[in-house]
Amino acid sequence: MPKYVIVGACAAGTGAVEAIREVDPVGTITIISEEQCSQYSRPMISDFVSGKADLNKMKVRDDNFWSNNKVEALNGKKATSLNLAEHTVTLDNGDKISFEKLLIATGGKPFVPKMEGSDKDGVYTFTNFSDAERLAQRITETHAKSAIVIGAGLIGISVTEALTKRGLKVTMVELQEKILSLLLDPQASDIVEAIVRKAGVNIVTGQSVQRIVGKPENDKAVGSVLLTKGETIPCDLVIVAIGVVPRTDLVVGTEVKTNRGIVVDSSMQTNVESVYASGDVAEAYDFILNQNRLLPLWPLAVQEGKVAGYNMAGKKTVYSGGTNMSSLKYFGVPIVSIGLANPKPDPALEILVKSDAAKGEYKKLVLKDNIIVGMTFLGSIERSGVLFYLMKNKVNVAKFKQDLLSDDFGLANLPASLRKRMNLEE
Amino acid sequence: MVKRIVAKQEACMGCGICEVSCTTQHSKSKDPVKAYNREHPRPISRVRLEMSKPVSFAIQCRHCDDAPCAQACLTGAMHKDEETGLVTHNKDKCMGCWTCVMVCPYGAIKVDKEGHIIAKCDQCVELDTPACVANCPNGALSVKEVKP
Repeated sequence: MPKYVIVGACAAGTGAVEAIREVDPVGTITIISEEQCSQYSRPMISDFVSGKADLNKMKVRDDNFWSNNKVEALNGKKATSLNLAEHTVTLDNGDKISFEKLLIATGGKPFVPKMEGSDKDGVYTFTNFSDAERLAQRITETHAKSAIVIGAGLIGISVTEALTKRGLKVTMVELQEKILSLLLDPQASDIVEAIVRKAGVNIVTGQSVQRIVGKPENDKAVGSVLLTKGETIPCDLVIVAIGVVPRTDLVVGTEVKTNRGIVVDSSMQTNVESVYASGDVAEAYDFILNQNRLLPLWPLAVQEGKVAGYNMAGKKTVYSGGTNMSSLKYFGVPIVSIGLANPKPDPALEILVKSDAAKGEYKKLVLKDNIIVGMTFLGSIERSGVLFYLMKNKVNVAKFKQDLLSDDFGLANLPASLRKRMNLEE
Repeated sequence: MVKRIVAKQEACMGCGICEVSCTTQHSKSKDPVKAYNREHPRPISRVRLEMSKPVSFAIQCRHCDDAPCAQACLTGAMHKDEETGLVTHNKDKCMGCWTCVMVCPYGAIKVDKEGHIIAKCDQCVELDTPACVANCPNGALSVKEVKP
């Protein structure tokens, strides 16, 4: 009987394997993946579509990763049901696999709202390699000229950039009033919007697509979209890039507790002993909001997977938490945005902003009781990690607050005691 | 034992020769004038002089044991080598997503805007002594062997 069974071989699954092997070099590991090649970088699929990366470049671990770690990898298999009493997972081919410790790392699936015409030929989602492969192939084969991207968040902007690089005319349609609204405040969003428009992208905000309409000569193929305010935009493709929802199907009807995602404790264990969950499927700890929530982000999934792996292998480890944090590279504007970067008005929050339009730079910090709880760095991001360190470690910044946004703020501005703690000097 | 470059704040004069040496060492020509004036893309110093008078010291990748950059890397370009203790960066795999920059507590990962990737200290593995250490005129940088 395999000691460890992991369902899902993406970021969290990979992290878990590495952690288990650090602690337990011999316990058998079986990993189940629906994809044929699993250890690739999902955030890189836009580079695949734009032609900048092939599957080889996208591999986050080398081809021998599973065998080097003595993992039995069941690629192209789907876990269809879970029996907690028997401690078994059943696969789509009927095979039953027993486990001592189970990690559910099934990730998320793209959210596609109910929309007339969403079954038409030419509608795509954009989360995994096969999505990207099908989209790239379609563009090559049909010489598609234009696309509508629904959603102007992380996925939306990444696919928009890829399609623009391929020469398509893209219109982003965003329900919120501003693009990247989960990451940026209106001022930062406007800066990015201007740059994206300059690259030839059309942006429609405050609206959604109410219907996808077929081509006059072929109703089954995408021909245009009808927006909620009545405008029609012709297009060859529609990419739904609204976000992902947790793939909790495996635990539905079992004792494993779910909210929006699978509920876990600080060891990434579910309410059922020996059953763990990590990554986009789980609701893990947010150290800024001080609560568990869905945070479907690659680096956090790796961390959560690692914590689960350590605990499964018997090394007690507590997940220190993540928060809404992303860095962006799209359209040549480097951005780092973390935590409460766009908070609702709150007298308890202190907001520091420095904007330099000529340099294309924008910096913002949100403080609460002199502790950084949110930040955006746009344009110049090189030392943003220092600020993130202060945020994550809840360092009181009262004494050097006035320096935080200066161009040359760095490690030398930190108090000597903190520099010592960071082991900066001999 | 793994190597770590350590800075001595009291000995640092803030001259910036470490940055010049690093840039030159990571240039094609290995010549400072050509490196700064004629090479495109311009080579990047992977060490930074941190200064807030009177405090100054040089900082480069600490090759951290827990290597948050390698853990956060979206592509596998950043890797913690367990044998040498070095955090290595594979340029061919890097997509310039800046995730490592976001999580580096030392701000030690440099943004190569021209190349759309990052650049970081490789401890000049091809040299006996890293260029910044060898060229510091006042002994403010040294290589220390530490337990992994």
